Amino acid sequence: MSKEKKESVIESSIKRKYKLQAKDVKVWYDDFMAIKGISMDIKPNKVTAFIGPSGCGKSTFLRLFNRMNDYVDGFKMDGEINIDDKNINDKDINVELLRKQVGMVFQKPNPFPKSIYENVAYGLKIQGLKDKKFLEERVESSLKRVALWDEVKDDLNKNALALSGGQQQRLCIARTLAVEPSIILMDEPTSALDPISTAKIEELIYKLKDKYTIVIVTHNMQQASRISDNTAFFYLGELIEYDKTNKIFTNPEKQQTENYITGRFG
Amino acid sequence: MNNIRKNRLKDQAFKIWGIFCTLLGLVLLAIFIGNIFVDGVMRIDWEFVTNLPSRHAEESGIYTALMGSIWVLLLTTLIALPVGIAAAIYLEEYSKKNKLATILEVNISNLAGVPSIIYGLLGLEVFVRIMEMGASVLAGSFTLALLILPIVIVSTREAIKAVPKSIRDASFAMGASKWQTVYHQLLPASFGGILTGIILALSRAVGETAPLIVIGALAYVPFAPSSPMDEFSVLPIQIFNWITRPQHGFVENAAAAIIILLLITFVMNGIAVYFRNKWQKKFK
Repeated sequence: MSKEKKESVIESSIKRKYKLQAKDVKVWYDDFMAIKGISMDIKPNKVTAFIGPSGCGKSTFLRLFNRMNDYVDGFKMDGEINIDDKNINDKDINVELLRKQVGMVFQKPNPFPKSIYENVAYGLKIQGLKDKKFLEERVESSLKRVALWDEVKDDLNKNALALSGGQQQRLCIARTLAVEPSIILMDEPTSALDPISTAKIEELIYKLKDKYTIVIVTHNMQQASRISDNTAFFYLGELIEYDKTNKIFTNPEKQQTENYITGRFG
Repeated sequence: MNNIRKNRLKDQAFKIWGIFCTLLGLVLLAIFIGNIFVDGVMRIDWEFVTNLPSRHAEESGIYTALMGSIWVLLLTTLIALPVGIAAAIYLEEYSKKNKLATILEVNISNLAGVPSIIYGLLGLEVFVRIMEMGASVLAGSFTLALLILPIVIVSTREAIKAVPKSIRDASFAMGASKWQTVYHQLLPASFGGILTGIILALSRAVGETAPLIVIGALAYVPFAPSSPMDEFSVLPIQIFNWITRPQHGFVENAAAAIIILLLITFVMNGIAVYFRNKWQKKFK
């Protein structure tokens, strides 16, 4: 492995405080307007939760921050998404590098049909890192951070699909952590998991926020109130209310927010 | 008779008709194979496989035709495989889903339905004459490669499409480029399916006669080909040639050669089925 590459990986692991910003963002899928002009700032090193009924655009909005909507047919957007005051839709942005900075965890655990080791090392390998010792260390440290190491250390060569759902999701988080991103986007990461696995992942999110800026979409209101610092309520493609989680859940400004969190609709 | 009983009777009737239809093709095939078997199985021995063709039926063997078939099969694979897989990857992963893509798609499916003799004429004009390959193994292989290309493309696309979208998402979200995603995730995951399609396409190619006759493959070649530019024959042409002879000995030869040709295609299909089953398990 070249020295430069190794250093660039290590350098990115020195945490900076990244701030995310959306400026008057509108999104269309063909003729359907999914997001109708949203502006918001997301604070660094905090957990920000996106809540709202299904189809309100919160997942679409989340996926703007690592440009995962680029591959969706009929997708069109307007406005700006800035990370550290840099517009990530500019022509000079390398989308692969962007995604190394902005990791993502999906709703359904989606490990690659490869070994546990290969899953965690994938992000590093595609960056061209080949040094075996470095990879092994990084795999171990990543698995330790998601508290999976003790469960799998003896069969790192086992196919990841043989793990339980909760283990798979923690593996997916480890895979994301292995490339040392600064921001982690989570799209309903626990909706497919049992309560015990969910608790483990929530605990993990809580621990991770010292080092990472985390944005999490969730349908689970208790989850949002347990783990997030700030909460944004979306409804029909609009940002209705965005404030400290405490405030949103105890004393929301808007009637719609109150209706939603008290379960009157949604 | 009430309605329920009537319906049940209809149900039964259709079931029996269905069984009959299902068995129709199979029974006919079984009778045919049985017949061939009776005619030819005694004729098969090692000498039949290793002898050169001859005027005398009992001295004649399939060596040149078998070698010709193997040569054609290998070269066809070498040509059709990279081209077909690359085209499929492009269509499935890179091309925008617009009108042009739809037109391309429909036409590739149409190509699969073009009669093989048309491919023969195309091969004759393009490979034999314009590119001056002559009636060589290479010209035959290019022609057959064109013939099976649509099948390879369609089946490869199906195999790639069957890889769950979540795998693509995960790979892209890790910062992989399109090519890295294709190379590290999609191709390994769809390998079994791609292989199945290719083997099935090849087992069709190995039985093709018409296009090779058109480009000038010979019924009688004294020696097995030793280079891609040599003239050649293949098993189906040899069979066709023997059947047209009046002597009974040649009919036996033809039956024996048919058994060997069938064996080759059955083995190839068997391998394809094996890979398909193995591959299907992977995602369950």
